[in-house]
Amino acid sequence: MRYVVAEASEIESGGRKIVTVAGRSIGVFNLDGEFFALRNRCPHQGGKLCEGKLWGVIRSDGPGEFEYRPSREILCCPWHGWEFHVRTGQSWCAPERLRVRRYEVETVAGEEIAEAADAEAAPADDPEAPAPGMVKGPYTAETYPVTREGEYLVVEIPG
Amino acid sequence: MIDADVHIPNPRLKDLYPLLPEHWVEHFDNTMDKGASQEYYPPKSPVSGRRAGLEELREAVFERGGAEVAISSCLYAVDSIHNPDVAAVLATATNDWQAAEWLEREPRLRGSVVVPIGLPAAAVEEVERCAGRPGFVQVLIPVRTEHSLGSRHYHALWKAIEQSGLVAAIHFGGAPVMPPTPTGWPSFFLEEYTAMAQVFATQLTSMIVEGVFDACPALRVVFLESGFTWIPSHLWRMDKEWRNLRRLVPWVRRPPSDYFREHVRVGIQPLDAPPDPAHLCEIVDQLGSDDVLLYASDYPHVHACDAGDLLLRLLPESLGRKIRSENARSFYRLSEGG
Ligand code: FES
Repeated sequence: MRYVVAEASEIESGGRKIVTVAGRSIGVFNLDGEFFALRNRCPHQGGKLCEGKLWGVIRSDGPGEFEYRPSREILCCPWHGWEFHVRTGQSWCAPERLRVRRYEVETVAGEEIAEAADAEAAPADDPEAPAPGMVKGPYTAETYPVTREGEYLVVEIPG
Repeated sequence: MIDADVHIPNPRLKDLYPLLPEHWVEHFDNTMDKGASQEYYPPKSPVSGRRAGLEELREAVFERGGAEVAISSCLYAVDSIHNPDVAAVLATATNDWQAAEWLEREPRLRGSVVVPIGLPAAAVEEVERCAGRPGFVQVLIPVRTEHSLGSRHYHALWKAIEQSGLVAAIHFGGAPVMPPTPTGWPSFFLEEYTAMAQVFATQLTSMIVEGVFDACPALRVVFLESGFTWIPSHLWRMDKEWRNLRRLVPWVRRPPSDYFREHVRVGIQPLDAPPDPAHLCEIVDQLGSDDVLLYASDYPHVHACDAGDLLLRLLPESLGRKIRSENARSFYRLSEGG
């Protein structure tokens, strides 16, 4: 199922928005114009991972040497500081074994969402038909008003 | 069998005279300075052992003890000498004496380079002077040092040891100016003696966290008379904290326990034996590698129990074989048959 979670302009570069969709808390991050969504639940002990600080990437070839990329794409869990890569969901300490659930995010034009909603819309006399500006069908904007002019972030939750 | 920890006695100052520059002989003759103190235990106590000569060592370690090769160290405490020139000159003379009186006479016996650890630059020179000399397989470093062993203070020394192809043997004891516990000076010797395991733990943490093994990826370290029962839980903790705090030390790219298993070996004598020997097998298992432990007798020091006897008969045959010989053989790169 695809959920409209925000207007694209709402999350500035380096920012994030925490939303609840399909009963899950999810953090949507804007890394330099690219959007990524992660489950707001740390695979270590369930901390609210997406509330953690973002850090740049640091690597080193030996004691006292630091190579720093200020990309702010490493998310540090506020509970015990484990690090996760926002782009992949992989943990730094055990990338093969330990990762946080990651979801696809797409930027979709309001027009497209509205058309999809219209196509799916029930007959005009259906009492469950969406109110103007709201969508049903393949898109769900739980409390999100969508206009044809806007650009929206849509998160795909499988199942 | 390979015995990873036997001792040759300290040289008497007079033994070193022929190896010392003349003006230092005059210095020792005419002043109260008689070098480092000679004894660590009450004379004639079993733990002190006798002042065994080469014949006695041959008989006990090779003939009766059954070792093919024994790795010896001389615990002459040059690190306790505060005059830097005396410390350096006595380290050099002690090494020449070990080579001439022990190592050249008994090829099954291997030796440890003594260094003035309080003066890392002088220690580097001594390592370089002794590297490649037949008989020497390691550099002896007392576990108690003035600075933590991982600190940048010692990095040039680690590099020199790595490049020399020698092992770094970190041994119980040492006499720097620092207290022997992390919380200051104890009142009784029992406290100091027991706390030595914590000093080893601190040095292990320091070397891994401060990047010694990242700076010196070929460095090999052996802990002698450290005990090993404290190691698994210490590594669990270090691994855990590394996940939280590793950003501060980004050169540490793998869990600390990986570094330990790759770079460090541990002699089994003396043994911190739990009341139920079965627990010992669990601890060996918790080390997470069959390569870590090395048989060691600590000859001529006699301990309350024989670590070899007590431990090895509890373990599976194949692991026993590794501890008795294979681990030391590959770590020290000894060829088959010694
Ligand atoms: S819960 Fe996230 S690091 Fe422990």
